[in-house]
Amino acid sequence: MEKTTLHKDHVRLGAKMVEFAGYEMPIQYTSIKEEHEAVRKNVGVFDVSHMGEIYVYGKDATPFIDTIFTNNVAKLNQGDIAYGFMCYDDGGTVDDLLVYKYNDTFYLLVVNAANKDKDFEWISQHKKGQVDVADKSNEYGQIALQGPNAVGLLNGMCEKDLSLIKPFTFMECQMGERELLISRTGYTGEDGFEIYGEPDDIASLFNELVESGVTPCGLGARDTLRYEAALPLYGHELSPTITPVDAGMSFAIDFDKTHFIGKDALFRHKQNKKRRLVGLELLKKSVPRETYPVYKGDTQVGHITTGYISPTKGVPLAMALIDKPHDKRGSDLEVGIRNKRIPARVIKKKLLNYKPNQN
Amino acid sequence: MKTPKELYYQETHEWVKVEGDFAYIGITDFAQDELGEVVFIEMPEVEDQLSKDTEFATVESVKAASDLIAPVSGVIVEINEELEDSPELLNEDSYENWIVKIELEDKSELEGLMDADAYKKLTSE
Repeated sequence: MEKTTLHKDHVRLGAKMVEFAGYEMPIQYTSIKEEHEAVRKNVGVFDVSHMGEIYVYGKDATPFIDTIFTNNVAKLNQGDIAYGFMCYDDGGTVDDLLVYKYNDTFYLLVVNAANKDKDFEWISQHKKGQVDVADKSNEYGQIALQGPNAVGLLNGMCEKDLSLIKPFTFMECQMGERELLISRTGYTGEDGFEIYGEPDDIASLFNELVESGVTPCGLGARDTLRYEAALPLYGHELSPTITPVDAGMSFAIDFDKTHFIGKDALFRHKQNKKRRLVGLELLKKSVPRETYPVYKGDTQVGHITTGYISPTKGVPLAMALIDKPHDKRGSDLEVGIRNKRIPARVIKKKLLNYKPNQN
Repeated sequence: MKTPKELYYQETHEWVKVEGDFAYIGITDFAQDELGEVVFIEMPEVEDQLSKDTEFATVESVKAASDLIAPVSGVIVEINEELEDSPELLNEDSYENWIVKIELEDKSELEGLMDADAYKKLTSE
Protein backbone atom coordinates (compact mmCIF):
# COMPACT_ATOMS: atom_id res chain seq x y z
CA MET A 1 0.00 0.00 0.00
CA GLU A 2 1.23 3.52 -0.76
CA LYS A 3 1.75 6.18 1.87
CA THR A 4 1.71 9.95 1.64
CA THR A 5 4.60 11.99 3.06
CA LEU A 6 2.38 12.80 6.04
CA HIS A 7 1.79 9.15 6.96
CA LYS A 8 4.07 9.19 10.01
CA ASP A 9 2.43 12.42 11.20
CA HIS A 10 -1.03 10.89 10.98
CA VAL A 11 0.16 7.98 13.08
CA ARG A 12 1.83 10.34 15.57
CA LEU A 13 -1.45 12.28 15.85
CA GLY A 14 -3.23 9.05 16.74
CA ALA A 15 -5.21 8.67 13.51
CA LYS A 16 -7.02 5.47 12.70
CA MET A 17 -5.61 4.46 9.32
CA VAL A 18 -7.51 2.68 6.55
CA GLU A 19 -6.90 1.65 2.95
CA PHE A 20 -8.32 4.11 0.43
CA ALA A 21 -7.57 4.03 -3.30
CA GLY A 22 -4.37 2.10 -2.69
CA TYR A 23 -3.16 4.49 0.01
CA GLU A 24 -3.08 4.08 3.75
CA MET A 25 -4.98 7.19 4.85
CA PRO A 26 -6.43 8.57 8.12
CA ILE A 27 -10.15 7.91 8.46
CA GLN A 28 -10.31 9.93 11.68
CA TYR A 29 -7.99 11.36 14.33
CA THR A 30 -10.32 11.72 17.30
CA SER A 31 -13.90 11.72 16.10
CA ILE A 32 -15.65 12.11 12.76
CA LYS A 33 -18.33 14.27 14.38
CA GLU A 34 -15.82 16.62 16.02
CA GLU A 35 -13.78 16.92 12.84
CA HIS A 36 -16.95 17.53 10.83
CA GLU A 37 -18.05 20.25 13.22
CA ALA A 38 -14.61 21.90 13.20
CA VAL A 39 -14.93 22.41 9.44
CA ARG A 40 -18.55 23.65 9.59
CA LYS A 41 -17.87 26.12 12.40
CA ASN A 42 -14.17 26.92 12.42
CA VAL A 43 -11.40 25.35 10.35
CA GLY A 44 -9.96 21.91 9.63
CA VAL A 45 -7.10 20.54 7.54
CA PHE A 46 -7.06 17.36 5.42
CA ASP A 47 -4.16 15.50 3.85
CA VAL A 48 -5.30 14.81 0.30
CA SER A 49 -1.89 14.07 -1.15
CA HIS A 50 -3.27 10.85 -2.63
CA MET A 51 -5.08 12.87 -5.32
CA GLY A 52 -3.61 12.70 -8.83
CA GLU A 53 -1.95 15.64 -10.61
CA ILE A 54 -1.54 15.45 -14.37
CA TYR A 55 0.02 18.09 -16.64
CA VAL A 56 -1.38 18.60 -20.11
CA TYR A 57 0.69 21.05 -22.13
CA GLY A 58 1.74 22.03 -25.63
CA LYS A 59 0.53 24.23 -28.47
CA ASP A 60 -2.78 22.33 -28.83
CA ALA A 61 -3.48 21.76 -25.13
CA THR A 62 -6.63 23.92 -25.08
CA PRO A 63 -8.47 22.36 -28.04
CA PHE A 64 -7.32 18.91 -26.92
CA ILE A 65 -8.66 19.21 -23.37
CA ASP A 66 -11.91 20.55 -24.76
CA THR A 67 -12.37 17.25 -26.64
CA ILE A 68 -12.06 15.07 -23.50
CA PHE A 69 -13.61 17.39 -20.90
CA THR A 70 -17.30 18.29 -20.53
CA ASN A 71 -16.71 21.85 -19.38
CA ASN A 72 -15.11 24.58 -21.48
CA VAL A 73 -11.44 25.41 -20.93
CA ALA A 74 -11.10 27.73 -23.96
CA LYS A 75 -13.33 30.16 -22.08
CA LEU A 76 -11.20 30.14 -18.93
CA ASN A 77 -8.83 32.97 -18.09
CA GLN A 78 -5.35 32.34 -16.75
CA GLY A 79 -5.67 31.36 -13.10
CA ASP A 80 -9.19 29.99 -13.51
CA ILE A 81 -10.30 26.50 -12.54
CA ALA A 82 -13.09 24.49 -14.15
CA TYR A 83 -14.89 21.53 -12.58
CA GLY A 84 -16.16 18.92 -15.01
CA PHE A 85 -15.98 15.37 -16.26
CA MET A 86 -14.27 13.08 -18.67
CA CYS A 87 -16.87 10.76 -20.15
CA TYR A 88 -17.00 7.64 -22.27
CA ASP A 89 -18.77 7.66 -25.63
CA ASP A 90 -21.93 6.39 -23.93
CA GLY A 91 -21.88 9.24 -21.40
CA GLY A 92 -20.65 7.11 -18.49
CA THR A 93 -18.12 8.86 -16.27
CA VAL A 94 -14.38 8.25 -16.56
CA ASP A 95 -13.72 10.67 -13.70
CA ASP A 96 -14.66 14.04 -12.28
CA LEU A 97 -11.81 16.52 -12.08
CA LEU A 98 -10.60 20.08 -11.71
CA VAL A 99 -8.73 21.72 -14.58
CA TYR A 100 -6.34 24.54 -13.57
CA LYS A 101 -5.44 26.89 -16.42
CA TYR A 102 -1.96 28.42 -16.25
CA ASN A 103 -2.28 29.61 -19.85
CA ASP A 104 -3.51 28.35 -23.22
CA THR A 105 -0.66 25.88 -23.50
CA PHE A 106 -0.36 24.63 -19.91
CA TYR A 107 -2.91 22.97 -17.64
CA LEU A 108 -2.92 21.06 -14.35
CA LEU A 109 -5.59 18.37 -14.05
CA VAL A 110 -6.44 17.21 -10.54
CA VAL A 111 -8.10 13.79 -10.53
CA ASN A 112 -9.31 11.18 -8.07
CA ALA A 113 -6.66 8.98 -6.48
CA ALA A 114 -8.49 5.79 -7.39
CA ASN A 115 -8.65 6.83 -11.04
CA LYS A 116 -5.32 8.45 -11.73
CA ASP A 117 -3.74 5.60 -13.71
CA LYS A 118 -6.94 5.05 -15.68
CA ASP A 119 -7.23 8.79 -16.34
CA PHE A 120 -3.63 9.10 -17.47
CA GLU A 121 -4.19 6.21 -19.91
CA TRP A 122 -7.44 7.72 -21.15
CA ILE A 123 -5.94 11.16 -21.72
CA SER A 124 -2.84 9.72 -23.40
CA GLN A 125 -4.91 7.50 -25.71
CA HIS A 126 -6.99 10.41 -26.95
CA LYS A 127 -4.12 12.84 -27.41
CA LYS A 128 -4.50 15.04 -30.49
CA GLY A 129 -2.15 17.60 -32.03
CA GLN A 130 0.92 18.98 -30.32
CA VAL A 131 0.27 17.91 -26.73
CA ASP A 132 2.23 16.26 -23.95
CA VAL A 133 0.76 14.52 -20.93
CA ALA A 134 2.71 13.88 -17.71
CA ASP A 135 1.63 12.21 -14.48
CA LYS A 136 3.15 14.41 -11.74
CA SER A 137 1.25 12.87 -8.82
CA ASN A 138 4.37 11.79 -6.98
CA GLU A 139 5.86 15.27 -7.13
CA TYR A 140 2.90 16.91 -5.42
CA GLY A 141 1.62 16.96 -1.90
CA GLN A 142 -1.84 18.42 -1.32
CA ILE A 143 -3.77 19.57 1.72
CA ALA A 144 -7.20 21.13 2.03
CA LEU A 145 -7.79 23.88 4.58
CA GLN A 146 -11.54 24.20 4.97
CA GLY A 147 -13.99 26.09 7.11
CA PRO A 148 -15.31 29.62 7.67
CA ASN A 149 -12.03 30.66 9.32
CA ALA A 150 -9.73 29.11 6.71
CA VAL A 151 -9.19 32.22 4.60
CA GLY A 152 -8.36 34.53 7.51
CA LEU A 153 -6.02 32.00 9.01
CA LEU A 154 -3.98 31.29 5.89
CA ASN A 155 -3.96 34.93 4.88
CA GLY A 156 -1.92 35.70 7.97
CA MET A 157 0.77 33.26 6.84
CA CYS A 158 1.29 34.43 3.27
CA GLU A 159 2.72 37.62 1.74
CA LYS A 160 -0.05 37.90 -0.82
CA ASP A 161 -3.64 38.77 0.00
CA LEU A 162 -5.26 35.37 -0.38
CA SER A 163 -8.76 36.77 -0.07
CA LEU A 164 -8.20 38.04 -3.63
CA ILE A 165 -8.32 34.42 -4.78
CA LYS A 166 -11.93 34.12 -5.87
CA PRO A 167 -13.80 30.81 -5.81
CA PHE A 168 -12.53 28.51 -8.57
CA THR A 169 -9.36 30.48 -9.16
CA PHE A 170 -5.78 29.94 -7.98
CA MET A 171 -2.57 31.79 -7.30
CA GLU A 172 1.06 30.83 -6.87
CA CYS A 173 2.37 32.03 -3.57
CA GLN A 174 5.59 32.01 -1.59
CA MET A 175 5.28 31.07 2.07
CA GLY A 176 8.72 31.22 3.68
CA GLU A 177 10.81 28.82 1.62
CA ARG A 178 7.77 27.06 0.27
CA GLU A 179 6.44 27.61 -3.23
CA LEU A 180 2.76 26.83 -3.20
CA LEU A 181 -0.20 26.73 -5.50
CA ILE A 182 -3.27 27.89 -3.59
CA SER A 183 -6.78 27.53 -4.98
CA ARG A 184 -10.12 28.63 -3.57
CA THR A 185 -11.68 25.21 -3.90
CA GLY A 186 -12.73 22.38 -1.66
CA TYR A 187 -14.91 19.40 -1.04
CA THR A 188 -16.82 20.30 2.10
CA GLY A 189 -19.39 22.95 1.20
CA GLU A 190 -17.40 25.49 3.24
CA ASP A 191 -15.05 28.25 2.19
CA GLY A 192 -11.38 27.41 2.08
CA PHE A 193 -8.34 26.48 0.06
CA GLU A 194 -6.68 23.52 -1.51
CA ILE A 195 -2.91 23.89 -1.33
CA TYR A 196 -0.38 22.12 -3.54
CA GLY A 197 3.38 21.97 -3.38
CA GLU A 198 6.39 19.73 -2.93
CA PRO A 199 5.47 16.85 -0.61
CA ASP A 200 7.89 17.91 2.16
CA ASP A 201 6.70 21.52 2.04
CA ILE A 202 3.09 20.43 2.20
CA ALA A 203 3.85 18.09 5.12
CA SER A 204 5.56 20.85 7.09
CA LEU A 205 2.67 23.23 6.39
CA PHE A 206 0.15 20.63 7.55
CA ASN A 207 2.08 20.16 10.78
CA GLU A 208 2.42 23.90 11.30
CA LEU A 209 -1.33 24.34 10.87
CA VAL A 210 -2.11 21.52 13.29
CA GLU A 211 0.34 22.92 15.86
CA SER A 212 -1.35 26.29 15.57
CA GLY A 213 -4.65 24.67 16.54
CA VAL A 214 -6.28 23.69 13.24
CA THR A 215 -8.21 20.42 13.62
CA PRO A 216 -6.72 17.61 11.54
CA CYS A 217 -9.56 15.89 9.71
CA GLY A 218 -9.73 12.43 8.17
CA LEU A 219 -11.51 10.86 5.24
CA GLY A 220 -14.50 10.08 7.47
CA ALA A 221 -15.34 13.75 7.97
CA ARG A 222 -14.39 14.51 4.37
CA ASP A 223 -17.15 12.13 3.28
CA THR A 224 -19.85 13.37 5.69
CA LEU A 225 -19.02 16.99 4.76
CA ARG A 226 -19.12 16.51 1.01
CA TYR A 227 -22.32 14.45 1.17
CA GLU A 228 -24.16 17.17 3.10
CA ALA A 229 -23.00 19.64 0.46
CA ALA A 230 -24.32 17.36 -2.35
CA LEU A 231 -20.85 16.95 -3.86
CA PRO A 232 -20.57 13.67 -5.76
CA LEU A 233 -17.91 11.05 -5.03
CA TYR A 234 -16.71 8.90 -7.89
CA GLY A 235 -17.76 5.29 -7.37
CA HIS A 236 -20.89 6.40 -5.50
CA GLU A 237 -22.70 9.24 -7.29
CA LEU A 238 -20.65 8.95 -10.52
CA SER A 239 -19.32 5.87 -12.28
CA PRO A 240 -18.99 4.27 -15.71
CA THR A 241 -22.75 3.58 -15.45
CA ILE A 242 -23.77 6.79 -13.65
CA THR A 243 -23.48 9.79 -15.97
CA PRO A 244 -22.98 13.41 -14.85
CA VAL A 245 -26.55 14.03 -16.10
CA ASP A 246 -27.86 11.33 -13.72
CA ALA A 247 -25.94 13.03 -10.93
CA GLY A 248 -27.57 16.39 -11.70
CA MET A 249 -24.26 17.91 -12.77
CA SER A 250 -25.31 19.39 -16.14
CA PHE A 251 -24.02 22.81 -15.00
CA ALA A 252 -20.50 21.44 -15.62
CA ILE A 253 -21.30 20.24 -19.14
CA ASP A 254 -21.02 22.73 -22.00
CA PHE A 255 -23.40 21.43 -24.67
CA ASP A 256 -22.55 24.47 -26.82
CA LYS A 257 -19.11 23.07 -27.59
CA THR A 258 -18.98 21.52 -31.06
CA HIS A 259 -17.61 18.24 -29.76
CA PHE A 260 -16.38 16.37 -26.73
CA ILE A 261 -16.33 12.64 -26.02
CA GLY A 262 -19.74 11.57 -24.76
CA LYS A 263 -21.53 14.75 -25.86
CA ASP A 264 -24.16 13.11 -28.06
CA ALA A 265 -25.01 10.45 -25.49
CA LEU A 266 -25.21 13.00 -22.66
CA PHE A 267 -27.40 15.27 -24.77
CA ARG A 268 -29.85 12.46 -25.57
CA HIS A 269 -29.75 11.49 -21.95
CA LYS A 270 -30.59 15.02 -20.85
CA GLN A 271 -33.60 15.12 -23.20
CA ASN A 272 -34.88 11.86 -21.79
CA LYS A 273 -33.81 11.51 -18.17
CA LYS A 274 -34.64 8.17 -16.62
CA ARG A 275 -33.39 8.82 -13.10
CA ARG A 276 -31.97 11.55 -10.95
CA LEU A 277 -29.84 12.04 -7.87
CA VAL A 278 -32.01 13.37 -5.03
CA GLY A 279 -31.95 13.85 -1.29
CA LEU A 280 -33.89 11.51 0.98
CA GLU A 281 -35.11 12.16 4.48
CA LEU A 282 -35.75 8.98 6.47
CA LEU A 283 -38.77 9.45 8.67
CA LYS A 284 -37.76 6.99 11.38
CA LYS A 285 -34.50 6.72 13.32
CA SER A 286 -32.15 4.54 11.27
CA VAL A 287 -28.92 4.81 9.31
CA PRO A 288 -29.20 4.83 5.51
CA ARG A 289 -26.13 3.37 3.80
CA GLU A 290 -24.82 3.06 0.29
CA THR A 291 -26.51 0.34 -1.86
CA TYR A 292 -29.65 0.11 0.31
CA PRO A 293 -32.65 -0.30 -2.03
CA VAL A 294 -35.37 2.34 -2.29
CA TYR A 295 -38.93 1.20 -2.98
CA LYS A 296 -42.25 2.57 -4.10
CA GLY A 297 -44.68 -0.10 -2.97
CA ASP A 298 -43.21 -3.40 -4.09
CA THR A 299 -41.10 -1.94 -6.87
CA GLN A 300 -37.49 -0.96 -6.40
CA VAL A 301 -37.12 2.55 -7.81
CA GLY A 302 -33.51 3.27 -6.91
CA HIS A 303 -30.76 2.96 -4.36
CA ILE A 304 -28.89 5.01 -1.81
CA THR A 305 -25.53 6.29 -2.99
CA THR A 306 -24.35 7.84 0.30
CA GLY A 307 -26.11 8.04 3.65
CA TYR A 308 -25.51 8.88 7.28
CA ILE A 309 -27.21 10.32 10.27
CA SER A 310 -26.23 13.79 9.09
CA PRO A 311 -23.74 15.18 11.62
CA THR A 312 -24.98 18.74 11.01
CA LYS A 313 -28.72 17.99 11.02
CA GLY A 314 -28.79 15.05 13.44
CA VAL A 315 -31.31 13.09 11.38
CA PRO A 316 -30.92 10.27 8.84
CA LEU A 317 -30.44 11.84 5.40
CA ALA A 318 -29.19 10.26 2.19
CA MET A 319 -28.32 10.89 -1.42
CA ALA A 320 -30.14 8.43 -3.66
CA LEU A 321 -30.42 7.72 -7.36
CA ILE A 322 -34.17 7.49 -8.02
CA ASP A 323 -36.08 6.54 -11.18
CA LYS A 324 -38.52 9.02 -12.63
CA PRO A 325 -41.22 9.96 -11.74
CA HIS A 326 -40.51 9.04 -8.11
CA ASP A 327 -37.72 11.62 -7.92
CA LYS A 328 -40.16 14.51 -7.36
CA ARG A 329 -39.71 16.47 -4.15
CA GLY A 330 -42.12 15.21 -1.52
CA SER A 331 -42.48 11.71 -3.03
CA ASP A 332 -43.13 9.14 -0.34
CA LEU A 333 -40.82 6.15 -0.69
CA GLU A 334 -39.35 3.42 1.51
CA VAL A 335 -35.77 2.39 2.18
CA GLY A 336 -34.98 -1.28 2.74
CA ILE A 337 -32.70 -1.61 5.76
CA ARG A 338 -31.93 -5.25 6.54
CA ASN A 339 -35.39 -6.84 6.88
CA LYS A 340 -37.26 -3.58 7.50
CA ARG A 341 -38.83 -0.87 5.39
CA ILE A 342 -38.21 2.65 6.64
CA PRO A 343 -40.48 5.42 5.30
CA ALA A 344 -38.59 8.15 3.44
CA ARG A 345 -39.35 11.33 1.53
CA VAL A 346 -37.59 12.99 -1.38
CA ILE A 347 -35.99 16.33 -0.44
CA LYS A 348 -33.50 18.74 -1.99
CA LYS A 349 -30.16 17.17 -2.78
CA LYS A 350 -28.27 19.82 -0.86
CA LEU A 351 -28.79 18.26 2.54
CA LEU A 352 -27.14 21.22 4.29
CA ASN A 353 -30.27 23.20 3.41
CA TYR A 354 -32.55 20.59 4.94
CA LYS A 355 -35.19 21.88 7.31
CA PRO A 356 -37.50 19.51 9.17
CA ASN A 357 -41.05 19.44 7.75
CA GLN A 358 -39.98 21.41 4.71
CA ASN A 359 -42.54 19.59 2.62
CA MET B 1 -8.16 -1.52 26.11
CA LYS B 2 -10.30 -2.76 29.01
CA THR B 3 -11.11 -6.47 29.29
CA PRO B 4 -12.84 -7.21 32.61
CA LYS B 5 -11.86 -10.57 34.13
CA GLU B 6 -15.32 -11.77 35.15
CA LEU B 7 -16.84 -11.74 31.65
CA TYR B 8 -17.05 -14.27 28.84
CA TYR B 9 -16.08 -13.15 25.33
CA GLN B 10 -16.49 -14.31 21.76
CA GLU B 11 -14.38 -13.54 18.75
CA THR B 12 -17.02 -11.32 17.13
CA HIS B 13 -16.44 -8.94 20.09
CA GLU B 14 -19.51 -9.47 22.25
CA TRP B 15 -19.25 -10.09 26.01
CA VAL B 16 -21.50 -12.03 28.39
CA LYS B 17 -21.91 -11.37 32.10
CA VAL B 18 -23.67 -14.13 34.00
CA GLU B 19 -25.87 -13.44 37.02
CA GLY B 20 -27.58 -16.61 38.21
CA ASP B 21 -29.89 -17.81 35.43
CA PHE B 22 -29.61 -14.51 33.59
CA ALA B 23 -26.97 -12.94 31.41
CA TYR B 24 -26.19 -9.45 30.17
CA ILE B 25 -24.75 -9.12 26.66
CA GLY B 26 -22.83 -6.18 25.25
CA ILE B 27 -19.94 -5.24 22.98
CA THR B 28 -16.32 -5.01 24.01
CA ASP B 29 -14.17 -1.93 24.42
CA PHE B 30 -12.17 -3.11 21.41
CA ALA B 31 -15.36 -3.27 19.32
CA GLN B 32 -16.56 0.22 20.25
CA ASP B 33 -13.12 1.62 19.52
CA GLU B 34 -12.99 -0.06 16.11
CA LEU B 35 -16.50 1.16 15.24
CA GLY B 36 -15.96 4.75 16.30
CA GLU B 37 -18.85 6.98 17.34
CA VAL B 38 -21.99 4.92 17.75
CA VAL B 39 -25.02 6.77 16.37
CA PHE B 40 -27.78 4.16 16.42
CA ILE B 41 -28.55 0.72 17.77
CA GLU B 42 -31.24 -1.37 16.18
CA MET B 43 -32.55 -3.26 19.20
CA PRO B 44 -34.45 -6.52 19.37
CA GLU B 45 -37.59 -6.64 21.51
CA VAL B 46 -38.30 -8.04 24.93
CA GLU B 47 -39.46 -11.68 24.67
CA ASP B 48 -37.53 -12.17 21.41
CA GLN B 49 -35.69 -15.47 21.31
CA LEU B 50 -31.92 -15.24 20.96
CA SER B 51 -30.26 -18.20 19.25
CA LYS B 52 -26.55 -18.70 19.66
CA ASP B 53 -24.53 -17.64 16.60
CA THR B 54 -27.33 -15.65 15.00
CA GLU B 55 -27.72 -11.88 14.65
CA PHE B 56 -29.83 -10.13 17.25
CA ALA B 57 -29.05 -6.41 16.98
CA THR B 58 -27.08 -3.95 14.86
CA VAL B 59 -24.75 -1.29 16.17
CA GLU B 60 -24.22 1.57 13.73
CA SER B 61 -21.39 4.04 13.96
CA VAL B 62 -21.00 7.09 11.73
CA LYS B 63 -19.11 4.98 9.25
CA ALA B 64 -20.21 1.35 9.60
CA ALA B 65 -22.97 -1.04 10.59
CA SER B 66 -22.01 -4.05 12.67
CA ASP B 67 -24.32 -6.97 13.41
CA LEU B 68 -24.18 -8.44 16.89
CA ILE B 69 -24.03 -12.22 17.08
CA ALA B 70 -25.63 -13.94 20.05
CA PRO B 71 -22.92 -15.65 22.12
CA VAL B 72 -25.56 -17.70 24.00
CA SER B 73 -29.22 -18.60 23.58
CA GLY B 74 -32.17 -17.43 25.63
CA VAL B 75 -35.20 -15.19 25.84
CA ILE B 76 -34.75 -11.44 26.15
CA VAL B 77 -36.15 -10.19 29.44
CA GLU B 78 -34.92 -6.61 29.17
CA ILE B 79 -33.30 -4.26 26.67
CA ASN B 80 -31.19 -1.28 27.66
CA GLU B 81 -33.62 1.47 26.69
CA GLU B 82 -31.14 4.17 27.66
CA LEU B 83 -29.11 3.25 24.60
CA GLU B 84 -32.02 4.06 22.29
CA ASP B 85 -31.76 7.73 23.21
CA SER B 86 -28.04 7.82 23.92
CA PRO B 87 -26.23 5.26 21.74
CA GLU B 88 -22.95 7.13 22.38
CA LEU B 89 -22.94 5.58 25.87
CA LEU B 90 -21.42 2.52 24.21
CA ASN B 91 -18.34 4.60 23.43
CA GLU B 92 -18.12 5.90 26.97
CA ASP B 93 -18.28 2.52 28.69
CA SER B 94 -19.21 -0.53 26.69
CA TYR B 95 -19.21 -2.83 29.75
CA GLU B 96 -21.39 -0.66 31.98
CA ASN B 97 -23.83 -0.22 29.09
CA TRP B 98 -25.11 -3.70 28.32
CA ILE B 99 -27.42 -4.14 25.34
CA VAL B 100 -29.79 -6.98 26.29
CA LYS B 101 -30.50 -9.10 29.35
CA ILE B 102 -31.61 -12.66 28.66
CA GLU B 103 -32.72 -15.70 30.59
CA LEU B 104 -30.10 -18.32 29.77
CA GLU B 105 -31.40 -21.38 28.01
CA ASP B 106 -28.35 -23.61 28.21
CA LYS B 107 -25.49 -22.68 30.49
CA SER B 108 -23.20 -25.21 28.84
CA GLU B 109 -22.99 -22.81 25.85
CA LEU B 110 -20.78 -20.62 28.03
CA GLU B 111 -18.06 -23.24 27.91
CA GLY B 112 -17.36 -22.50 24.28
CA LEU B 113 -16.65 -18.82 24.96
CA MET B 114 -13.29 -17.17 25.71
CA ASP B 115 -12.04 -15.83 29.00
CA ALA B 116 -10.52 -12.37 29.33
CA ASP B 117 -6.96 -13.56 28.74
CA ALA B 118 -7.83 -15.41 25.55
CA TYR B 119 -9.82 -12.44 24.25
CA LYS B 120 -7.04 -10.01 25.09
CA LYS B 121 -4.66 -12.21 23.17
CA LEU B 122 -7.03 -12.30 20.17
CA THR B 123 -7.37 -8.53 19.99
CA SER B 124 -3.69 -7.79 20.44
CA GLU B 125 -2.73 -9.92 17.45
